[in-house]
Amino acid sequence: MLQYDQPDTRGHFGPYGGSFVSETLTHAIDELRAAYARYQNDPDFIAEFRSELAHYVGRPSPVYHAARMSRELGGAQIYLKREDLNHTGAHKINNVIGQAMLARRMGKPRIIAETGAGQHGVATATICARYGLECVVYMGAEDVKRQSPNVYRMQLLGARVVPVESGSRTLKDALNEAMRDWVANVDNTFYIIGTVAGPHPYPMMVRDFQSVIGTECLTQMPELLGPGRQPDAVVACVGGGSNAMGIFYPYIAHEAVQLIGVEAAGQGLDSGKHSASLERGSPGVLHGNRTYILQDENGQITETHSISAGLDYPGVGPEHAWLQDTGRARYVGITDDEALAAFHHLCRTEGIIPALESSHAVAYAMQLAPTMAPGQAILVNLSGRGDKDIGTVADLAGGEYFDRPSQQGATVKGARA
Amino acid sequence: MSRIADTFEALQARGRKALIPYVTAGFPFADITPALMHGMVEAGADVIELGVPFSDPMADGPVIQKAGEKALQLGIGLAEVLEMVRVFRQRNSATPVVLMGYANPVERYEQQRGPGSFARDCAACGVDGVLVVDYPPEECEQFGAELRGSGIDLIFLLAPTSTTERMQQVARVARGYVYYVSLKGVTGSGALKTEEVAAMLPRIREHVKIPVGVGFGIRDAQTARAIASTADAVVMGSRIIELIEDQPHERVVGVTIDFLRQIRKALDA
Repeated sequence: MLQYDQPDTRGHFGPYGGSFVSETLTHAIDELRAAYARYQNDPDFIAEFRSELAHYVGRPSPVYHAARMSRELGGAQIYLKREDLNHTGAHKINNVIGQAMLARRMGKPRIIAETGAGQHGVATATICARYGLECVVYMGAEDVKRQSPNVYRMQLLGARVVPVESGSRTLKDALNEAMRDWVANVDNTFYIIGTVAGPHPYPMMVRDFQSVIGTECLTQMPELLGPGRQPDAVVACVGGGSNAMGIFYPYIAHEAVQLIGVEAAGQGLDSGKHSASLERGSPGVLHGNRTYILQDENGQITETHSISAGLDYPGVGPEHAWLQDTGRARYVGITDDEALAAFHHLCRTEGIIPALESSHAVAYAMQLAPTMAPGQAILVNLSGRGDKDIGTVADLAGGEYFDRPSQQGATVKGARA
Repeated sequence: MSRIADTFEALQARGRKALIPYVTAGFPFADITPALMHGMVEAGADVIELGVPFSDPMADGPVIQKAGEKALQLGIGLAEVLEMVRVFRQRNSATPVVLMGYANPVERYEQQRGPGSFARDCAACGVDGVLVVDYPPEECEQFGAELRGSGIDLIFLLAPTSTTERMQQVARVARGYVYYVSLKGVTGSGALKTEEVAAMLPRIREHVKIPVGVGFGIRDAQTARAIASTADAVVMGSRIIELIEDQPHERVVGVTIDFLRQIRKALDA
């Protein structure tokens, strides 16, 4: 088994990670680091976290053998880790519960978050409703438009959604805005970051909370494959990379298991319209950590593209940068079209509508499976369900789909006259 | 001794406070910056902070972010900013110039031109100090050493949330002056409380033995004067950007001079 002990005490994964924040936030980061150090091994904290995951989230999520899809592809057997079955529809809730539990213990009554596709925002709004915390979610104005069902969900849950009009009006700008809010309200506010990026301790802490995914797989896979057997490959999509770190982390020590991260290649890795920071980016400093980022020759962050709002981010968690450099994981790209085809394929062969993010991982597994033997196994992290994406898919397919059917007017039963 | 230390020493000898205006390089016109810098000196600026445009300026408010976006559209990168300082130095060898920006453009500059190139080029162009907002002391040991080797001061921030331990840490590595962020918030916020600043400065001075400048949220002569009664320097940025953002080319320098003269008068009264 591989020895793996990252990050170091200052949050570095090799040359990546660290804590690159302005002075006003230094104290808040120090406070958070101290709080996490205090509670991460606290038996009461761990017991409460496990109980929340079991009774509120619905864990463990099953691993499902996609037998029909595997048979059609004619190669390795594909297994899906069903994070789409979690409460709120994605893996995001695992991490949000952990951080909200910390916020309560630190006495911070106000929560802020940033969101791209809205899954992290919905998860945060959900927990704030459950714990009675004030919730403000920053979301790029562009994403507010393309993910309107999630915006309304957050509002139903009592959150205030703030559209961010600056920059490219997507996730990175929402992150900047959330950081600014945090600077201004640092006394009473806890910033719940949704991915394995940001200043230390976020990349480590989010990974730890999400590693429940891979830890469950370590016991579930031998039950399906036979005693002592683990999958030959683990595949997960990577935007910021939290679902991928969550399933990879417990497998890092299992050297025989290939770890494959799937980035959004958008309109192609060489089109300039993608979000593949590991494959086409270079090391730099953004949003409080050193990692691979998409930038121009002057060090300005470049605009990204993906069919999936959740992958549309110009950086990636620093631990992925380290796993790539050391060769322990490899990273590939899947285009918008390939992801969309996989989306439809999974719908039709298995009766599962995956998130467009997860469809990237499914698409790569579909390419990989035929190159492997039928006795081999690929474990795909199905990070979320696709309800939020059906409007996007319908638009691309020219399908009939109405986002808000007959909500206004007297035709709605029970509506006030 | 550095040009910054010389400047503060001369001011202290005359019992005066430093006026430090900030402007984003290349804003609002790509070619105006050296002339604007000369105008600032004419109006009584003692040190000039020149903002290096960055696409994701997390610690800045909307006014400076917009100025940075405009400058980026005009093609202003770090190399262009250094060239502006070089041009300014052709006619001014006395006024210190401090570059203020974010880590990534600096790191990219070094990736493209080789290790140590940033410090060398800063020195060659006549830059006196560098303030990188998202380089805290613990992440820039090597960078700081390179700058010191080239005779350039690395300037650090302190904030209302800074602990005693942090003040001591900053005091060990900061050169030139320490920039105290007067409020919890981004640049241009409106929540400045002068009495809170006045209460904090003696605490900072227990540890920090170099001059302390105060900035973020100083918008008028009255506030500048109140801050200067306890600080060694006042820094003004967002208000200047607001004043010049819609001016035609020929008015930008004049408007800035008129504004800074009022501030200078208030500081010296």
